[in-house]
Amino acid sequence: MRSSPQILRALENESIEILRETAAAFKNPVLLYSIGKDSTVILHLARKAFHPAPIPFTLLHVDSTWNFREMITFRDEVVKMHNLKLIAHINEEGLKAGITPFSHGISEYIRVMNTVSLKQAFDKYGFDAAIGGSRRDEERSRAKERIFSVRESGHRWDPRAQRPELWRTYNTKIRPEQTMRVFPISDWTELDIWSYIHLENIYVNPLYFAKERPVVKRGNQLIMVDDDRYPLRDGETPEMKMVRFRTLGCYPLTAGVESNAKTLEEVVEEVMGVKLSERATRLIDGENEDSMEKKKREGYF
Amino acid sequence: MSNELAPIVRLLTCGSVDDGKSTLIGRLLVETDSVPHDTLDATKKTRRPGSIIPAGEIDFSLLTDGLEAEREQGITIDVAYRSMSLLDGRRLIIADAPGHEQYTRNMAVAASRSDIALVLVDATRGIRPQTLRHLTICSLMGVKKVIVVINKLDAMGFDKKVYDSLINELQPTINRLEMKSISFIPVSALEGDNVTYRTDRTKWYEGGSLLEEIQAWRDTESATDHSRMCVQLISRADNFRGVSGTISQGEFKAGDEVVVLPSERKAKIARLVTFDGDLEIAPTGKAITMVLEPDIDATRGDFIERSSDYTKPADRFSSHLVWFDEEELIHSRSYYLVNGSSMVPASITAIRHKLNINNGDHESARTLHMNEIGVVEIATDSAIPLTKYADNRNSGNFVLVDRVTLRTVGAGMIVHALRRATNITKHNYEIAKGARAQQKGQRAKLIWLTGLSGSGKSTIANALETRLFASGIHSYILDGDNLRLGLNKDLGFTKEDRAENVRRVAEVGKLMVDAGLVVIVALVSPFKVDRDHARELFENGEFVEVWVKTPAEVCAQRDPKGLYKNWCGTRV
Repeated sequence: MRSSPQILRALENESIEILRETAAAFKNPVLLYSIGKDSTVILHLARKAFHPAPIPFTLLHVDSTWNFREMITFRDEVVKMHNLKLIAHINEEGLKAGITPFSHGISEYIRVMNTVSLKQAFDKYGFDAAIGGSRRDEERSRAKERIFSVRESGHRWDPRAQRPELWRTYNTKIRPEQTMRVFPISDWTELDIWSYIHLENIYVNPLYFAKERPVVKRGNQLIMVDDDRYPLRDGETPEMKMVRFRTLGCYPLTAGVESNAKTLEEVVEEVMGVKLSERATRLIDGENEDSMEKKKREGYF
Repeated sequence: MSNELAPIVRLLTCGSVDDGKSTLIGRLLVETDSVPHDTLDATKKTRRPGSIIPAGEIDFSLLTDGLEAEREQGITIDVAYRSMSLLDGRRLIIADAPGHEQYTRNMAVAASRSDIALVLVDATRGIRPQTLRHLTICSLMGVKKVIVVINKLDAMGFDKKVYDSLINELQPTINRLEMKSISFIPVSALEGDNVTYRTDRTKWYEGGSLLEEIQAWRDTESATDHSRMCVQLISRADNFRGVSGTISQGEFKAGDEVVVLPSERKAKIARLVTFDGDLEIAPTGKAITMVLEPDIDATRGDFIERSSDYTKPADRFSSHLVWFDEEELIHSRSYYLVNGSSMVPASITAIRHKLNINNGDHESARTLHMNEIGVVEIATDSAIPLTKYADNRNSGNFVLVDRVTLRTVGAGMIVHALRRATNITKHNYEIAKGARAQQKGQRAKLIWLTGLSGSGKSTIANALETRLFASGIHSYILDGDNLRLGLNKDLGFTKEDRAENVRRVAEVGKLMVDAGLVVIVALVSPFKVDRDHARELFENGEFVEVWVKTPAEVCAQRDPKGLYKNWCGTRV
């Protein structure tokens, strides 16, 4: 069943309240823009929250340098379309050290090019709060996340020191060494996101729609060979397949699913019938049962 | 407003690990097809140590337990949220709260927004203190409907007598708490009886399954005339100024006469602006931007209500208070009180009693420790329009924030505003504050000397006043020791008393500054939070804090009062 417009409006109003609270309570808040559907929805909500004033947040894209090419094109297009301020941050030291998903293992690559990179950007630009698109339905440790979630010095997440969060009364105060993570779409589900994109007719990345794309099969996963950096095995050639992506990220780590859903309508239909969690298409999470919680403690979003 | 169904229903589950709570929710999720299949597969393969569930079958409890530490201990220690769809298209958001006593705060968190609470009772173990505790917290936090799930009846042969006797045992508590909307369901979460579907093993039971009961619930809260919005921010654009916020109660129409609180200035709603166009009516829960006519001054944290019926701001309240922090409540200490986007300094002026949540007894208390609940009197530094929690949960709640650690240390539910606040009217004097100092040819100031006992505060204060006096400045010394002989002789040296000591000295100092004097305070005042609070009484530049930073060894050597000799310096 598609999420009803009533549910979506209720979720929308709550998210707007959280975004406004963030804008008003922090000196230098940033919107973590990952280019995916969740941050696309947050960006749309932010336009609604502050209308007729412009969005008061800078956007930050932590660029791992391995994103799909179409993500970067889309990012620049959206920034131009809505006249936004965007910072794209790359961990140059990691880049110089030649850290790739293939050279140092997936965990180390994620740590250096995402987690460390995010911390660098935080410290460089002095952000005191960052808005992210995590949802409680994504993963078990996220199910316990607060809406306003304090990070200790070094951006550590201490699950035992979480502040009690009651009603819609948010404690947004932080000490100088702390920073805040804000999750305005905590209560949304994947189906809500798609139903809302459909209801509001929001422009999302073309990678979410099925198209013939060059892929190779690794285990059960279909990996799109987006550029010539992808190390093909001996005798392996990419095959053209109708695929789309449920989540977007680093292309070597984000598997596509075979699909014929070419329109928003068809994507929503497909999501309603899908019985696998979307993180099943991410290569990182399956590594270890508790990998997400471990990463979060180290400062991963 | 109106009779439209709320599209999102929030449900709280309380009970301990052993009551089978995780299994119950897990089953509800699986049987309504709310769990992705790969997640479900994982629960067939993963087993916690000692698990007796056969391989290949679903361990429902694995679906809701989240954090690493919790899985090691096999307990749920933090609130987890799950979404599922009800069959009528509404959304159910489940807040899974832990049952252990030390985590009472998490239950209060989960209950604060919940419409319905499931209270689990393990039929094989009977009613336990925690069941009564759960009912008490549900009642206190204003949960609208309670469903008592009598679980594990499979192990008791689905015996109606067992079920009936458990209900009878709960009756006195239910009566005492005046719980109006409560129902009971006989269940086996493990085997699936009466969770999603009714089964024949409880033919004697006439009610619906748990899912049916949840779906049948309707919010009967009567529509109120009271309308309210807290101002989150001022929206400014070209030729545009509006106040943004969410309607937390009632509704507003374009053209409504409104009042901004606490200033009580009146205006009219010219426009209700949204991204999708202007509205005629903004209902409860709607995030909007109001344009006021005239464009009176309103700031973040102000409240807007309809002028025909608005909440009088007050600065003293009687309130229930749940304490969360490891550091106990300090009487007289200043905390931040937060409701919506408003934040004012406030202190607890009296602890009426502590609530024994097992039996409802009122016990006398000097403080509240972590997970304790009491009734307190709270005074805010400036007036704020809070209403009774029983009338509206949004308008009658607050959280307390420690001013140094900034942790959320307590949560309050307003019982009522205290009369005193409205009976006292502030009288303005004809002679302006600055005039008195001007007449003396000086600028009024307060110099606050803080430092260890024996650091030389009194000596410095005396030397300073001698100099001032010589140059014709009107001054006075407020010496901590001297004041303790008179004004403060009822105070000791506990944290609470020290906070009250600082408060009184600051208030007296403020009067003297008003009178145009240069005041020198010499006071140990060890807590920054108390000094900061003192500072707030004064205008910019009036309050000068000086730390007399004599090393502790030197103070101990001087030891004019013999304190260091007696206490070895550990407690001063």
